[in-house]
Amino acid sequence: MIAELAHYALVLAFVLAVLQAILPLWGARKNDLTLMGVAEPLAVASFGFIALSFAGLMACFVRSDFSVLAVYSNSHSLQPLLYKITGVWGNHEGSMVLWVFVLGLFSALVAVFGRNLPARLRANVLGVEALIAAVFLLFILTTSNPFLRIDPAPAEGQQLNPILQDIGLAIHPPLLYLGYVGFSITFAFAAAALIEGRVDAAWARWVRPWILLAWVFLTLGIAMGSYWAYYELGWGGYWFWDPVENASLMPWLAGTALLHSAIVMEKREALKVWTLLLAILTFSLSLLGTFLVRSGVLTSVHSFANDPSRGIFILVILVVFIGGSLALFAVRAPALKQGGLFAPISREGALVVNNLLLTATAATVFTGTLYPLVLEALTGEKISVGAPFFDRTAGPLLLCLLLVMPAGPLLAWKRGDLRGVAERLTFAAGIAAVVAAVTLWLAKGGPILAAAGLFCAIYAIIGALIEFSERLQLFRASASVSLSRARGLPRSAFGTLLAHIGVGVSLLGIVAEAGWSQEKVVALKPGDQISIASFDLSFEGLQQREGKNWRDQVGRFEVRRGGVPVATLEPSKRAYVVSNQPTTEAGIKTFGLGQLYISLGEPMPGGAISARIYWKPLVILIWLGGVVMALGGALSLSDRRLRVGAPKPARRAAMAPAE
Amino acid sequence: MTRRQRRLTLIGTAAIILSLAAALALSALRDSIVFFVTPSELAAKPIESGSRFRLGGLVEQGSIAKDGLTIRFRVTDGGANLPVSYHGLLPDLFREGQGVVAEGKLDGAGVFVADTVLAKHDERYMPREVADALKKQGHWQGEHKAGAAK
Repeated sequence: MIAELAHYALVLAFVLAVLQAILPLWGARKNDLTLMGVAEPLAVASFGFIALSFAGLMACFVRSDFSVLAVYSNSHSLQPLLYKITGVWGNHEGSMVLWVFVLGLFSALVAVFGRNLPARLRANVLGVEALIAAVFLLFILTTSNPFLRIDPAPAEGQQLNPILQDIGLAIHPPLLYLGYVGFSITFAFAAAALIEGRVDAAWARWVRPWILLAWVFLTLGIAMGSYWAYYELGWGGYWFWDPVENASLMPWLAGTALLHSAIVMEKREALKVWTLLLAILTFSLSLLGTFLVRSGVLTSVHSFANDPSRGIFILVILVVFIGGSLALFAVRAPALKQGGLFAPISREGALVVNNLLLTATAATVFTGTLYPLVLEALTGEKISVGAPFFDRTAGPLLLCLLLVMPAGPLLAWKRGDLRGVAERLTFAAGIAAVVAAVTLWLAKGGPILAAAGLFCAIYAIIGALIEFSERLQLFRASASVSLSRARGLPRSAFGTLLAHIGVGVSLLGIVAEAGWSQEKVVALKPGDQISIASFDLSFEGLQQREGKNWRDQVGRFEVRRGGVPVATLEPSKRAYVVSNQPTTEAGIKTFGLGQLYISLGEPMPGGAISARIYWKPLVILIWLGGVVMALGGALSLSDRRLRVGAPKPARRAAMAPAE
Repeated sequence: MTRRQRRLTLIGTAAIILSLAAALALSALRDSIVFFVTPSELAAKPIESGSRFRLGGLVEQGSIAKDGLTIRFRVTDGGANLPVSYHGLLPDLFREGQGVVAEGKLDGAGVFVADTVLAKHDERYMPREVADALKKQGHWQGEHKAGAAK
């Protein structure tokens, strides 16, 4: 009964979304306030029904109702409750419901918090958003119905793929979806602006909180996914340039560019047309990601769903939305009032360089991800484009970006003082060079590329700090003056500082991991000793351990440092009772910012076992940097001047744009 | 600075960055892509030793021989087979009769020396290239149909 009700709720949500797509758009066209006004209640109601349906599906999973096909295929009565719940989106149908749930959520948020928007803009935004929701609801109802029944009901389910039975699945997909589905709002804003044929600084001001919100979640989602892959897959890698990872990276790169161009638009009324285009491109890349992941065109760690008939439906959605919005752009954009041109040496000039580098990077990732698919479709030839390609393309471009990054906030709007900035950055570069040299000396050498990366990372961090200390007049004025200046600074200034430092911190981790990791692949018998970095490990032997739905073979490793026992690591080989599918559970122990990482191979004759042992210095910084970036974004979002529900400022003077 | 100069600076900067990106992408595409080959294709069109490629097929029944961390096995697609040697830890789902993709080079003796071995990701799923290769050779068992219908 629950499944049928939930299915019915989804149908109702679809009908409401169709109404929400038609009435407000029509009302905005006819300037009919009543028709425009139905958008908000419809958005909230539609979201309510999606939420009901989602809750219903979750109930089927929690109750282990195996008469529902999706539950039967992805759950098992012995599964821990948490994985019964996360199993809801650990499969194609359920993850699509999560997708529209997030879409509906953002629609409802705009309805509730967007009261300060002009009526027409709000009606158009909600209309476009509903159009997306309606199409994806139709996709679920026609090709991916999660509520299909099987008769007779099996007594037991097939269980969730063991790799997905992990806390990571509880966190990663929801965060990621909040991020890249969140960009649908900025897409809707752009489409609304084009429909109205009007776009100005106020538009940028309204759309910026939404960009920030989506960006914060996407940043966290990517960082979380990367850490999950790192500990769960047992290969010690944190980024594989897998097409599914790239699918989330591309909207992030475009979204980061959008975040910055919207600042220029708000502050200087320039880059208007470009910002609209970026908003369209960012969500288009999200849609492309959905297509890549959900259609099964890829061979990848993440494609736990594959059915080509669905692929064609999503491809049609992709073509209609991207093609439609670009056509709208082509027709309307030339008629928009152009923003002014500005001096190249200025903050807006630096932000243009930021945008160029970010979009160029997104374009190379796009090329590397789609080239194999296109080539195979055209010639039948199968190739793989892996890490070497992306290291050689995205790598240098992102390093260039890092060199420009500290210059941006240091330059003034309109006309910057290149000499002053160059002097300050030379100082930052000096410190970075010294630190890089000392590190190389302490580490007794290392790859040149790692040293260059180290230099860039420290330069970026110091550069961001210099800019900040200038604003506070740190070391130049008295401490109390600095403190009062700090109180006077908008939160967004702290946000910028944190986000830019976060980039440097991540790079620091990436560089240290790439340049100074140690790895040993060994076969060990109980009692064997092995050293790595400053650690001495002894293998104590294998033990059996039982969990709720799995059996572990645990390898015990005693770790000593300078003769003192510091830790015990227990990596294991896990066999799931139902499918007998083995997984590798790495043993990880954090020392400072580095990690000791052991993953087990197969047992060998004579009680021996093969193992991979890594020492990864500063590796935690990779994800910590992502968290710091997201914190910066959240801090900017909390800035009073950007608060979503803030009343529209009456006076022009109060319109001083946030940074 | 006149309006015209400003516009030229903007266009110039954009052109420089985009051509840098294009140059990087083109040179990387030339040097760092890897072709996917099955044993039958290799038999029909040999690849010189020392160049990197990906080999895909099934791990032949009874072909696995282990010596410490070094493992030898044969990859077959039903039409032809190729001996492979690999030093290191194998993925969890590496088994006889199952799909596998290995990346590496041929040595002088015609043995494929792999530095990476990937197996299928779960019980129901087979690498797409391997499935295609088997279909081509007429050895497709529909083994994971249940998975595909999922």
